[in-house]
Amino acid sequence: MKLTDAEKAMLDGAQGKAKQKAMDLLVRYGEALGAERLVDVTNVASTFNAGSPPMKPYAEKGMDAVFSKFNLDSDEVVETPQVEVYTCQLIHGIDTQNAHITGVAEEAVNRQKTAERFFGSRGVAMFNTCTPYQVGNVPVKGEHCAWMESSAVVYCNSVLGARTNTEGRESTGAASITGKIPYWGYHIPENRLGTHLVDVEIDVDSMMDWGLLGYYVGEVVEEDIPVLDGIRKVPSMIKLKHFGAASASSGGVEMYHVPGITPEADSVKEAFGGRKPRERFKYGKTERQIAYDNLNSSAKDTAVDFVMLGCPHNTVEQVWTVARLLDGKKLSPNTQLWVFTPRALRDAAELAGYGDMIRKAGGHLMSDTCPAIGRIVPPGTKVVATDSAKQAHYLPAMLKTQTWFGTVEDCVNAALTGQWRGGLS
Amino acid sequence: MSKIVLHGRKVVGGVAEGEAFVTKDTISGWGGIDSNTGTIIERRHEKVGQSFKDKVLVFPGAKGSSGYSHFFHLARVAGAAPKAMLFNKMTAKAALGAVVTRAPSMTDFDQDPLSLIEDGDWVKVDADQGIVEITKKAGARPAAAE
Repeated sequence: MKLTDAEKAMLDGAQGKAKQKAMDLLVRYGEALGAERLVDVTNVASTFNAGSPPMKPYAEKGMDAVFSKFNLDSDEVVETPQVEVYTCQLIHGIDTQNAHITGVAEEAVNRQKTAERFFGSRGVAMFNTCTPYQVGNVPVKGEHCAWMESSAVVYCNSVLGARTNTEGRESTGAASITGKIPYWGYHIPENRLGTHLVDVEIDVDSMMDWGLLGYYVGEVVEEDIPVLDGIRKVPSMIKLKHFGAASASSGGVEMYHVPGITPEADSVKEAFGGRKPRERFKYGKTERQIAYDNLNSSAKDTAVDFVMLGCPHNTVEQVWTVARLLDGKKLSPNTQLWVFTPRALRDAAELAGYGDMIRKAGGHLMSDTCPAIGRIVPPGTKVVATDSAKQAHYLPAMLKTQTWFGTVEDCVNAALTGQWRGGLS
Repeated sequence: MSKIVLHGRKVVGGVAEGEAFVTKDTISGWGGIDSNTGTIIERRHEKVGQSFKDKVLVFPGAKGSSGYSHFFHLARVAGAAPKAMLFNKMTAKAALGAVVTRAPSMTDFDQDPLSLIEDGDWVKVDADQGIVEITKKAGARPAAAE
């Protein structure tokens, strides 16, 4: 890999041990990829979690030990410098304000809080969400980024037109203190063009419909770039957030185009950059049903123990929707309800009284984590209901639960009655 | 004894050998493997319940969450990592995962390792030279392996 003089100096230790280790990792990583050079990034979304069980022995030695080992892949413990470029913390395993509900030990909560103060003092913005683009980190079109979190990566590339690969903890750690990442994959314009043309033959409007479309398309294209033709109604960010997360769960979609709506293509032709689509397939009623059946394949018992809403983390508008559906009602005594939103938006929702409305009905408004990331569900949970295709995809594998997928109304009804009555109309 | 030889590109340097663990399914780190044991845990994966610990992992590539590298990193810390990795599809996840696992790794082969290597074959990976030597399991183990 070709390095600039400044990069070489960093690799030689001219800017201290941590940056030397970071550059060493970036060179190993760039060579593994077959990248020719590094590119300057100005925006990093990473994880600096110290609360999860494997972090414990390192956190006991101090946060420098956690950072060196897991954010730089360095065997030597180096001092953690300030970040070089705008860096934020993504979702992690612990809602430190709701540990009494999730049953997380105080010791782990304290470890996470120590990490937040430590990395906060190094310049990391503690957004604690899978949707940093909702709370103050909105990259601009063309901006080179180093982001983790598959649902955020696909949003960053597709909806914002910024450029990132699906990075990992170590590469984003190194990027945060060097402002560098290998110039490869989605950083290169020609790799951002469409590969698969999807003829959308039915109206796609509701949030559930966008989830089903994403889940179906992801399974077909895997890691390639779908172009959705036939979308007649401009989707809100809630729907695109859901679509991307679904397609990145059933497949590995990191980039898509909706011509006329997403920023890198005004037409189907432009989305493919003049090339012919490698494959073309349709999405109609049958395909919608297939996606629905796949998402519900783990579930058979209609008695629902637990309802999870807010994956990716809800907007305030979504929290308001849930609060209204619950207003003046009580949850079934057999069912629990957790609603997730970013920490900063939880404050906004509390200010408006939505948290009280949810709690009055018997539910909880939470942040910082989710059941799949934190591996947390209420004790004894066997059957889950969720409006998230991503959560419905991962929970059966990770927590061995049966999981129903449906609309937010289906899910709130299940929380109120204890029974799943959802279905595809 | 006849051996099959593959040529490819180094991803992570080094030399290692071991028994092959071959899957035609891509692998997810987060939600896909148990880092303490190297066991595949994904519900619909063809190798669910089996461990790649100390084996030569032959697979199409990485998929799923950006936690991929971290979970392979944790597998190395737990002593449950594969001895070497051979994969076809290069992605950021697959590259970083191989780098932090620090296992000799290769890609871009002249022939498809998934169709030539089977579970239990003895595989010697020389990533520095870009060479993979396969001894089919029906035959005796090569002396070099002892």
